[in-house]
Amino acid sequence: MAEVHINGVTKSFGERAAVSNLDLHIADGEFVVLLGPTGAGKTTTLRLIAGLEKPETGKIHIGGRDATDLEPAARDTAFVFQQYSLYPHLSVFDNLAFPLRSPARRFSEDAVRRRVGDVAKMVRIDHKLSSRATKLSGGEMQRVAIGRALVRKPAIYLMDEPLSSLDAKLRADLRLELKRIQAELGATMLYVTHDQIEAMTMADRIGILTDGVLVQIGTPKTIYTEPANLHVAARLGQPAINLLPTGLLPDADAPTGTKTIGARTEHLTIEKAVNGHADGTVDWVEHLGDQNHLHVTVGSKKLVTLTDPDTDLAKGDRIMIRYRAPLFFDAAGDRIANR
Amino acid sequence: MSLTTAHSVVAPTATSKRIAGTIVVVYALISMVPLLWIFATSFKTPPDSIAYPPKILFQPSVEGYCNLFTTRTRQTPDYINSLGPATTFCDETTRKRNMVIAGPSNFLPRFVNSLIIAFGSTFCAVFLGTLAAYGFSRFKVPLADDLLFFILSTRMMPPIAVAIPIYLMYRELGLSDTALGMILLYTAVNVSLAVWLLKGFIDEIPREYEEAAMIDGYTRLQAFWKTVLPQATTGIAATAIFCLIFAWNEYAFAALLTSGTAQTAPPFIPAIIGEGGQDWPAVAAGTTIFLVPILVFTILLRKQLLRGITFGAVRK
Repeated sequence: MAEVHINGVTKSFGERAAVSNLDLHIADGEFVVLLGPTGAGKTTTLRLIAGLEKPETGKIHIGGRDATDLEPAARDTAFVFQQYSLYPHLSVFDNLAFPLRSPARRFSEDAVRRRVGDVAKMVRIDHKLSSRATKLSGGEMQRVAIGRALVRKPAIYLMDEPLSSLDAKLRADLRLELKRIQAELGATMLYVTHDQIEAMTMADRIGILTDGVLVQIGTPKTIYTEPANLHVAARLGQPAINLLPTGLLPDADAPTGTKTIGARTEHLTIEKAVNGHADGTVDWVEHLGDQNHLHVTVGSKKLVTLTDPDTDLAKGDRIMIRYRAPLFFDAAGDRIANR
Repeated sequence: MSLTTAHSVVAPTATSKRIAGTIVVVYALISMVPLLWIFATSFKTPPDSIAYPPKILFQPSVEGYCNLFTTRTRQTPDYINSLGPATTFCDETTRKRNMVIAGPSNFLPRFVNSLIIAFGSTFCAVFLGTLAAYGFSRFKVPLADDLLFFILSTRMMPPIAVAIPIYLMYRELGLSDTALGMILLYTAVNVSLAVWLLKGFIDEIPREYEEAAMIDGYTRLQAFWKTVLPQATTGIAATAIFCLIFAWNEYAFAALLTSGTAQTAPPFIPAIIGEGGQDWPAVAAGTTIFLVPILVFTILLRKQLLRGITFGAVRK
């Protein structure tokens, strides 16, 4: 395991900059998740570190060594691809053994068998070692793909949305397993996803990537409670943060320069209107079982928030809404720090 | 699905299946007639082979096969009687026609020439085609589209248009009537087909496989060998069959550029002359034997061929 430093890296495809002037430092044993929508440059970042793409400017250091111009084989990284991860003409065992049998590494067949056996147990696929890779279910395939990265002890594990093609239940299971394995190995890991739950639950630090620019990086808590700007705030939280203009509701001591107020569920107090005064109307209540989404109209704005499953609010109810320490953003969209 | 009583809109009905099946069988039978005719002729005697109306039922004979593999000389009955008893069936048949076997014919060496040239050129075309197709598929080749079109355009020209220049070139280079010359020529013709077919196949193999292998410590060539090649076998087999069929059947260049040691079977077979003209049973026997290798090769690779022909028709 080793630390990875990316300094001022830029990579364009044609006219479009996929990654621009990226600085990212990943500490030894750290689990960093890059979160961003499709086309934000997440995969390109991984490919740059793996050596599948060459940066136009900037330096990449892996374990203190300048790897900017090294071939992929010489970089000592392991990559889990989003799909197409297994060799269809090989068995599960041979897939797992593939990195160990590379000419760059000379392991005895005995050592290969032992290592593959250990990893197969770790990713819980040891009962299927002789199956053809194509005969596995989606979850099993993804476990083998992760296992194939784990058989080696590289400087860094690079994972490109390894769970995105799985169904929700499997994704939740593998998410936990992956975090457990990473902690067990003390592995340095850079993990790319567009799923905020994966990011929040697994990351030591989350990096928010937009249009090739790293907007903010920090612990999940920091990213959630102190987003740098409107964009970062909108990436996290379910339902998404409500962005309301000032003046719509009593402004709760908004600092000067505030243009937009960001209010998540925990930033809103909602009560049934009494003695005639109301701020908005309940549009409808979405029942999700363990919780309810409350859709509300305030003036010309709509907002969505959570309520208890046993709420007595109903469609058409007139309600009173108050902010409770919300987030304030200026005209440029940057957050104004709370005093 | 067949258990339900509901009719599927897309599945063929029993009647349409029966009609389609009948059409296929009838068409196959019509297509087979020339082959059956040749096969039957190869077992006729020379008089039977030119009888009119043609004989459907006849006394089978292997005289055609005897004549194909031997050369014979006419002798007087006295001389033939002075010889010992006939040792083989062919001996006996030949003597009945007042002839004796003088030696083996050139058919076997010509057949071997065909095998060497067809399989040799197929190997070269597929080998070069695979590497070129991989290059076009994976790397940014400057003017790739123009180059690919240029490669394909070599196939648009009728071969006979370049026959004379090639003949002169080959004479200068000493490649006339050599197996090497024919292998080079057929490779040059086939490599364009091979590049185009194989590029389609290799394009379909996701590049993540090689990238994964390269990250895992393999060089590009090793990654190609370990991950791309095993997955391209279907395409390679289909391409090899197409190349082999062309090289095996090619007549015009073979007739022009080979006459002796490197002559292939196609120009040799029609030139088999018997007593008083064409020896049709021997020609038919030669053709029948000539069909065998390509038949065996195609049957061995039929699964790949079928997938190869229908390849690209359905997106995954």
